[in-house]
Amino acid sequence: MASRTATEDDIPDTEPDLVPSLDDLLLRFDEGSKRAAARLISIVEEGRPEALAILDRLYPRVGGAIRVGVTGPPGAGKSTLADRLVELLVRAGEKPGIVAVDPTSPFTGGALLGDRVRMGPVANHADVFFRSLGSRGSLGGLSLHTAEVADVLDAFGCSWLLLETVGVGQSELDVAQKAHTTLVVLVPESGDGIQAMKAGLMEIADIFVVNKADRAGAEKLLEEIELSIDLKEWLGWRPPVFLTEARGGRGVEELHQALLAHRRWLEEHGMLQQKRRQALESRVRDLVEDVLHRELWQNGTLLQSLRDGLDTIERGEDSPYQLARALVEQGRAALAVRRALERGHPREPKG
Amino acid sequence: MEEKIRVLIAKPGLDGHDRGARVVANSLRDAGMEVIYAGLQQTPQMIVNAAIQEDVDVVALSILSGAHMTIFPRVLQLLHEAGADDVLLTGGGIIGPEEMEELQRMGTGRLFGPGASLSEAAEYIREEVRARRARRGD
Amino acid sequence: MPGSDRSGKRDPKRIVESVETRDADFTTLSGETLDALYTAADLDGFDEKRDLGIPGEFPFTRGPYTNMYRGRLWTMRQFSGFGSARESNERYKYLLEHGGTGLSVAFDMPTLMGLDPDHERAEGEVGRCGVSISSLRDMETLFDGIPLQEISTSMTINGPAAFVWALYVAAAEKQGAPRSKLRGTIQNDILKEYIAQKEFIYPPEPSMRLVVDTIEFATNEMPLFHPVSISGYHIREAGSTAVQELAFTLSDGFAYVEAAIERGLDVDAFAPRLSFFFNAHSDFFEEICKYRAARRIYAQRMRDRYGARSENSWRLRFHTQTAGCSLTAQQPENNIVRVAIQALSGVLGGTQSLHTNSMDETLALPSDKAAKIALRTQQIIAHETGVTNVVDPLAGSYFVEALTNRMQQKAEDYFRQIDAFGGVVPAIEEGFQQREIGRAAYRYQQELEARRKTMVGVTDFIEAEEEVEIPILKIDQSTERECRAVIADVRRSRDNERAEQALRRLRAAARGTENLMPHLLECAHAYVTVGEATDAMQEVFGAYREPAVF
Repeated sequence: MASRTATEDDIPDTEPDLVPSLDDLLLRFDEGSKRAAARLISIVEEGRPEALAILDRLYPRVGGAIRVGVTGPPGAGKSTLADRLVELLVRAGEKPGIVAVDPTSPFTGGALLGDRVRMGPVANHADVFFRSLGSRGSLGGLSLHTAEVADVLDAFGCSWLLLETVGVGQSELDVAQKAHTTLVVLVPESGDGIQAMKAGLMEIADIFVVNKADRAGAEKLLEEIELSIDLKEWLGWRPPVFLTEARGGRGVEELHQALLAHRRWLEEHGMLQQKRRQALESRVRDLVEDVLHRELWQNGTLLQSLRDGLDTIERGEDSPYQLARALVEQGRAALAVRRALERGHPREPKG
Repeated sequence: MEEKIRVLIAKPGLDGHDRGARVVANSLRDAGMEVIYAGLQQTPQMIVNAAIQEDVDVVALSILSGAHMTIFPRVLQLLHEAGADDVLLTGGGIIGPEEMEELQRMGTGRLFGPGASLSEAAEYIREEVRARRARRGD
Repeated sequence: MPGSDRSGKRDPKRIVESVETRDADFTTLSGETLDALYTAADLDGFDEKRDLGIPGEFPFTRGPYTNMYRGRLWTMRQFSGFGSARESNERYKYLLEHGGTGLSVAFDMPTLMGLDPDHERAEGEVGRCGVSISSLRDMETLFDGIPLQEISTSMTINGPAAFVWALYVAAAEKQGAPRSKLRGTIQNDILKEYIAQKEFIYPPEPSMRLVVDTIEFATNEMPLFHPVSISGYHIREAGSTAVQELAFTLSDGFAYVEAAIERGLDVDAFAPRLSFFFNAHSDFFEEICKYRAARRIYAQRMRDRYGARSENSWRLRFHTQTAGCSLTAQQPENNIVRVAIQALSGVLGGTQSLHTNSMDETLALPSDKAAKIALRTQQIIAHETGVTNVVDPLAGSYFVEALTNRMQQKAEDYFRQIDAFGGVVPAIEEGFQQREIGRAAYRYQQELEARRKTMVGVTDFIEAEEEVEIPILKIDQSTERECRAVIADVRRSRDNERAEQALRRLRAAARGTENLMPHLLECAHAYVTVGEATDAMQEVFGAYREPAVF
């Protein structure tokens, strides 16, 4: 090692004088601070206790942004396409936010988030916010908290949100639930591989893109997709299929127009409201389940009973089904007791 | 659970020699960190923009062009202007001991020269981020 | 009995391998597993006539020329260049006065990226690691008093190579030298930029067109010039294995050949002007086998796949540089030894020219003394060791031939994988080569960390109290100021209408399919700058961002 480590004295105190409180952070967020927005995103992404309070506070301002899910196999050019769309959006006076998800290693918990490499100079435009997320244990194509992160950016004033997935696989439903418009990006080479997942893609795609359309097989794939679309019955919106060459910008303007058209269609047919309602339902349900789940296992007694029960099962004295029934009873009773206690000793509302 | 450590790796300057940056990116990922790889041709302003939006704990720069005495101070200054003094600025390159000391006096973290160990760098980042978070009260 | 088979016959390989070994790694530097002993059994199916042939004849495994270094030693070519055109000109004149017959020009980073010295992003990098050339004015200054008709010039330039070459030709023409008489090489190997060195400007397809434009132009008008030097050096420096260097370099070469044939050029008209540039790393035999395999693969493909009929089209000739990435900042004198061994492998592998690195190159630009030792290293190999007396002295060694065969097989496996992507360019766009190299680089670094591989002075045999002296390179602001003043004067004093018109025509031609060299030459003569010409083409061609692969 050529370096010599500086002693403590050499290192100036670079810490800010004040640790920003949550209120400070929210205040600065309101003033348009990207740093504050980024911090809030981290808190939400980590699922820290303050997250719910933050989201609650931001909720009235959520809802303005058009959310576009971008999914497709790795190497389909999703990032490049997103880059070109962002260029168009910025030129049209919009404020795009990009949330790009890359896989987290299930073994180390680490992740290499490389989507910025594909972004051109527009990533540095003042009206653009780009955030990379690790999938962090989510089995879908997005991370567990992508929708909440999108909410923060929505409240921050982003008018468009591009949610870029890890790749096609188990991600279809995940994206479709979180986006208003789902863009499925394919390339000519994905032709054969697409067969298997075509049914799934047909369920979720609002718009198909055949990117890298200068390559052999693009027209053929386009025809195959059109054929599959024709085989299905559509209620109103029939997914259009576009040929693009994101690198050269070909077809991107048409795609932009299609996104706008889909948005209008959603609005005119009350679908946007319906989608939002569906998203709300699953969001609230998740929140409730999350809280109940945590409360249920909170004080360790139930877990201890479970472990004790396992011993009983192993000795052949009980069955898993009997044990489960007993634990449900125990859990219910514990929750009831806690509620009674809470009524007796109201706690300070937190947050 | 401990909050994830997020590291931005960027390569300022015009040259394209990114072997070191890529190897370090891989090694920090394997050490359990979230590594945002910004890639080549990054200007100090681009680096700081990315650091802010990605809310990273660490900015790590690979500088081989010999411009470290201008780039590190510039990034420090821009981080300061963005209110992000708590972000650890570290990196590697061909940097002499006197220059390393001078940069550290200006406010960078430890800097790594040729032949530095990957695990040592990862360990340093982990410790330093832990200490900074403790001071910040996280 | 140990090492005997059922019939009781003793197998030398098994005998040797039955003996207990040291606790050490016995793979090559690139991770190839090796047997402890090689025998005739490893050369099953080996046909001396077919696989080796006669030196200077197909398939050239034993060397591109019949009597090799008995006929002519390799060229000892050391790469240099720095500062402003004026400062480099003084250096070149000095070199030529002291017996040099060729020049090798290193450009600074802004020039390599097609940026003028007054561009915002050029700040701090002007004239730093090479000479800054922004217009014909600089090229005239660089070669002032140097008759370009009489010397050979090698220029290490890639992204803006076509235009910088046009500047060179224009400077020569202004001296009164006909372009047909000019000798030299431009590196102009854009594919390895996407794969390894990452100093590209346009997307791969228009870049390929520019390379073919230069090949076509050289073929028709400048028969003594080498329009492209297909380089594995940078691929290896980026962390590839020896096999990857071999496979990706040759596949790049074949991609240029295919593109030129597609343009309608006769393979035998241009192939003799192609040359290669390889790395010499520290694993002695692996490197030697790499060069031998390269020649054989190239000859076979050029003849059998591309239908070349001339021996000159089959013959792979290459320049070698010792591995910069093998040098250590710690105990830098050890680098002299590394360089000597690496250079020896290049010579035993049959190189046509050689650059030996200076021991202090990991730290700074080489000092005069270090540069001299590097050159003396080559002279010792040439004149003291006796290795130049015999052609391909290692041929027929069981190990050398078996490893040469294996490297050929593994390279051909890579060719198949690249073909499956649809060729080199689509593979690059998917990040295939970059991913392979990145993984090899990371694996090697992990092996060093785990002490499975050794770097003397770094992982082992460390000197505890070593203070590495890093000479601080003084950034001379005056160079940058000088270059900016010159370009400002060029923009002021030139015929701006002519320059504008030349740029308009260049843009129009770029939108079409014609050869851009005549337009670039007109731009050069009109004192258009490197930045202006690059921007004009970028308007048409666009920029390129690499795929995110790790």
